[in-house]
Amino acid sequence: MKLELGKIEIKDIQFADRTYIENHVLYVNKEEVEALVLEDDKLLECHLDIARPGESTRITPVKDVIEPRVKVSGGGEIFPGVLGKVTPPVGEGRTHALDGCCVVTVGRIVGFQEGVIDMSGVAADYCPFSKTVNLCVVIEPQEGLETHVYEKAGRMAGLKVAAYLGEAGREVEPDTLEVYETKPIFEQAAQYPDLPKVGYVHMLQSQGLLHDTYYYGVDAKQFVPTIMYPTEIMDGAIVSGNCVAPCDKVTTYHHLHNPVIDECYKRHGKEINFMGVILTNENVFLADKERHSDMVAKLAEWMGLDGVLITEEGYGNPDTDLMMNCRKVERKGTKVVLITDEFPGKDGKSQSLADTCDEATALASCGQGNMTLQFPAMDKVIGMQDYIESQIGGWAGCINEDGSFEAEIQIIIASTIANGFNKLAARGY
Amino acid sequence: MAKYKIVHYINQFFGGIGGEEKADFEPEVREEKIGPGLALAQGLGEDYDIVATVICGDNYFGENLDKATDIIVDMVKKYEPDVFVAGPAFNAGRYGVACGTICKAVEERLGIPVLTGMYEENPGADMFKKDIITVQTGNSAATLRKSLPKIVNLVKKMATGEEILGPSIEGYLERGIRVNYFAEERGATRGMDMLIKKMAGEPFETDLPMPKFDRVPPAEPIKDIKHAKLAVVTSGGIVPQGNPDHIESSNATKFGFYTLEGMEKMSADDYMTIHGGYDRQFVLQDPNLVVPLDVLRKLEKEGEFGELLNYFGTTTGTGTATGSAAKFGDEIGKRFIEEKVDGVLLVST
Repeated sequence: MKLELGKIEIKDIQFADRTYIENHVLYVNKEEVEALVLEDDKLLECHLDIARPGESTRITPVKDVIEPRVKVSGGGEIFPGVLGKVTPPVGEGRTHALDGCCVVTVGRIVGFQEGVIDMSGVAADYCPFSKTVNLCVVIEPQEGLETHVYEKAGRMAGLKVAAYLGEAGREVEPDTLEVYETKPIFEQAAQYPDLPKVGYVHMLQSQGLLHDTYYYGVDAKQFVPTIMYPTEIMDGAIVSGNCVAPCDKVTTYHHLHNPVIDECYKRHGKEINFMGVILTNENVFLADKERHSDMVAKLAEWMGLDGVLITEEGYGNPDTDLMMNCRKVERKGTKVVLITDEFPGKDGKSQSLADTCDEATALASCGQGNMTLQFPAMDKVIGMQDYIESQIGGWAGCINEDGSFEAEIQIIIASTIANGFNKLAARGY
Repeated sequence: MAKYKIVHYINQFFGGIGGEEKADFEPEVREEKIGPGLALAQGLGEDYDIVATVICGDNYFGENLDKATDIIVDMVKKYEPDVFVAGPAFNAGRYGVACGTICKAVEERLGIPVLTGMYEENPGADMFKKDIITVQTGNSAATLRKSLPKIVNLVKKMATGEEILGPSIEGYLERGIRVNYFAEERGATRGMDMLIKKMAGEPFETDLPMPKFDRVPPAEPIKDIKHAKLAVVTSGGIVPQGNPDHIESSNATKFGFYTLEGMEKMSADDYMTIHGGYDRQFVLQDPNLVVPLDVLRKLEKEGEFGELLNYFGTTTGTGTATGSAAKFGDEIGKRFIEEKVDGVLLVST
């Protein structure tokens, strides 16, 4: 399966009377987008705002972040099974991405798990979305809307806006064109017979309602581990529907930009032979954990892998899945490196993970989420700061009257994302 | 005049009082530099003055832990030092434990920066390296000259408030504190580098050596459940409406005890959950899903067990540091022993 990913560099977003791209600026018809969002009768109000890097702007509570993309050729539609048609499958042909801009969905909290994006100041160093131009879709749900219904309405609003904006890039000549290809298993193995065969075990958050991820529209807790061509994910085959702690939430943006897949392709044909992705989940039942880690190990063996990288989403309970996967895959003779973040408490002295195993000899840290920061007051808040004290990472009394507050960095969207996207790491002192 | 004052703690041996036969020597303070303090003073230079040296016998300290600690903390307090230094203890076990104990007490009670030095296999090192900066020394006093520059450098940094860097740079034993930094490469790149080395059988360095977990053996079964007093503890974040004690929705720093007195079940009007790690919707509608009071009352009435303690313990389990969890467990356990509780229903979520 071969995908050409054309990146259209977007340097700014501006509101205009129609939606188009010109000279690296994305012009957006505000009314059209708002009307699109309000097609959903679960949502009462919608307004748009733009946040740019360096501005004194805070966005919160943030639900998801999505990069606009469009399928240009090769069949299938973006976000298949969720927004686009479920068939044909995606991952082939050509896709255009609006690189450098994002859709950010904002609104009253669903749980406690929505986070903060600061466009400047000290917290901006910890957030990948402080460096992108963000079109914020602020939604107001109907009174008394049940939380799961509200979550879905918010999720769909973001995806719809991203797909709508992506359409503006359909006919635009991309600035760069990257080509990614993974062949069927025997051909792929034969292509670089002398290089070690490497796979990626991608653990999708699936702990239950409000902690879900969708693959072609299937709720990840309802599937058994399976094989995915890496290019499928670049067309939105996986979307986030979860609200885990903001810091290690794998946003839909991060599925589109999976750093492990990117790294595997960078080394492909040089140091490794990248064989593909094993998708699995993080269900809460022990039987599921045992069964699915067995299946992950079986797939790794079946693919003849010499090594795998494993990433998780969330922390605590999924640490058990991470360790089961590690132990069982290693016992099949495949070398494992784990990538994850740490939660050793505010003083940094507690154990970083909720579970361990002897086979976990290699781990790349994505930083620890309990470190605290002073968040300065911002000139502008997109959304509301009403929930800061109860959002994950905050505490009673942490916010000051001027809007500044102290919180753990786990309140920042994707600050310690456990898939190795960031440079943040932790070490022993 | 010196800018910074130091108080130094040493044992009877380094204090020149005597060897093992003088190990019961009671704490004494002398306003002079003694033993290793002489070399330390020389290394620190004229901006620093060791204004007093406390000498205490190792056995006296070990046998009168609380009393000795109180006396010595009072002695130190009088001089209002900028930094407190104990030892180094090298590989002397009792001395190492004394140095660690007194450093921890001085830091906690007086808020003064403290420092000690030990050989890594000194039993005191394992007990205290997590809490205090412990400079790595050789196993005997003959190695003082080697570790002295590290001690001098750290004392200066503590006095002036300069940032103390990592253990390998400064030469202290790793405390096991996890500190963030921005690496040169993203996590995925570092992970891939590690994997390539691991597959090739080459040496690599993990970012996180796996911690050793405390494993608590399960308690003995209750012998007479019909007369047993049971209690409920949950990490599911059930609190009275409004969360009066402000327990956090993640990484809790506290727990609460709340009444069950006169209640037949948990009412959603009175109780809620503030847990940030699971879908709360169903529990908000019915808190008995986490604190199963309805079922417990029924079993209690039917005589399936003796009685239910008339309050429950609760905190948030998600993201809560193991250090905090162990502390909560100790406190809840002690309270339940006083209440003569025979068994606890621990409800996780």
